[in-house]
Amino acid sequence: MSEETLVQEESAVEILKEPSEPLLSKRRKKFLSDPLNEDNPITVQVLGICSALAVTIKLEPTLTMSIAVVFVIVFANLIISLIRNIIPNRIRIIVQLAVVAALVTLVSEFLKAYYYDMFKVLGAYVGLIITNCIVMGRLEAFAMANKPYDSILDGLGSGFGYAWIILTVAFFRELFGSGSVFDFKVFEAIGWSSFTTNGMMVDSIGAFMILGVLIWIQRTKTGYVESH
Amino acid sequence: MESINIIIKGIFIENMIFAYFLGMCSFLAVSKKVSTAFGLGMAVIFVLTITVPLNWLIQENILKEGALAFLGSNFETIDLTFMQFIVFIAVIAAMVQLVEMIIEKISPALYGSLGIFLPLIAVNCAILGSSLFMVQRDYTIVEATAFGFGSGSGFFFAIIALAAIREKLKYSNVPDGLRGLGLTMIITGLMGLAFKSFIGIVL
Repeated sequence: MSEETLVQEESAVEILKEPSEPLLSKRRKKFLSDPLNEDNPITVQVLGICSALAVTIKLEPTLTMSIAVVFVIVFANLIISLIRNIIPNRIRIIVQLAVVAALVTLVSEFLKAYYYDMFKVLGAYVGLIITNCIVMGRLEAFAMANKPYDSILDGLGSGFGYAWIILTVAFFRELFGSGSVFDFKVFEAIGWSSFTTNGMMVDSIGAFMILGVLIWIQRTKTGYVESH
Repeated sequence: MESINIIIKGIFIENMIFAYFLGMCSFLAVSKKVSTAFGLGMAVIFVLTITVPLNWLIQENILKEGALAFLGSNFETIDLTFMQFIVFIAVIAAMVQLVEMIIEKISPALYGSLGIFLPLIAVNCAILGSSLFMVQRDYTIVEATAFGFGSGSGFFFAIIALAAIREKLKYSNVPDGLRGLGLTMIITGLMGLAFKSFIGIVL
């Protein structure tokens, strides 16, 4: 083989190869930004409300929960995306559940070892991340059909979309329910010590109301209207 | 007598939806019509009544610390509780599959009406949540069964009540942004407020 043909072949390979996509191309940025607002998992897709509301009495457990969920979504997305081509279609739900359950067990054991007080506060709700519909929904809808790197971005986007909603709910619940933010007594600090805390906010009812109003505000802004 | 108390508690005082927010996803998604809500509610009662005692047996005989002592003295200190999540969810997923097959064989009519909801139940938080609560509360097997049935019934009544309200709401003029999910959340909050009146009843 002469040298000339070799060079030609090499250049042919170059042409066949797609130009590699930048790490944060426009398409990939959408994976990150869409779930934050227009396609939010909680307020638009109505997923993951189960465990979201129960932990939002105070900001601290909510933050722990958010980090746990982001961790689980990102890694579950990555793992499922890596093995997506070898999972038999019929048992995919069980495979997905097993992966998620293993990750949640890791989170739960980690909390038990290093943050036992937080583990006590969250109780059964750490385990309930397994059945958090956002995680299962993203695995089924995205990770089963996309490459690992894209899946990680998608997981991050959905995780943060979930996190900012429950953190907002928790902020208002803690502010009006306990008169504090991250256990810092706000109303006493500004000299309004006669502030009466609202018992309804500590209760589940407050969470429903705040989330309802939050959804109302957000949908009015994005112009999303649900059909009957 | 204790088990009847647990059932009543599960329906009114410690309702899965209004007190613990469990099973919210399907509660919100499948409550547009009373007939479909009825189907899902029945399926949840059915699966809960079976899986909670089943998981109780596994927890007490295999996972609990020292439960494997019957295998010999080497196994006395083994504590498998960290396997809880994986085992419980596997049991639930397998049971749902099994229940689906049994119903399909015995009663095709019931299968037709439950059909699509059965696979959904595997990822319903209320099912896994009940099993986890059952472990936290140290029930006996009879109490565990009663708890499964009671919390299932609580879900059943809650979803039917919400579906009935939403059916009526079709005819009202709701602001655009509030339509659907937003209003449903607020209604659920108001229903939760009504259920608060049961608090303080000592059984």
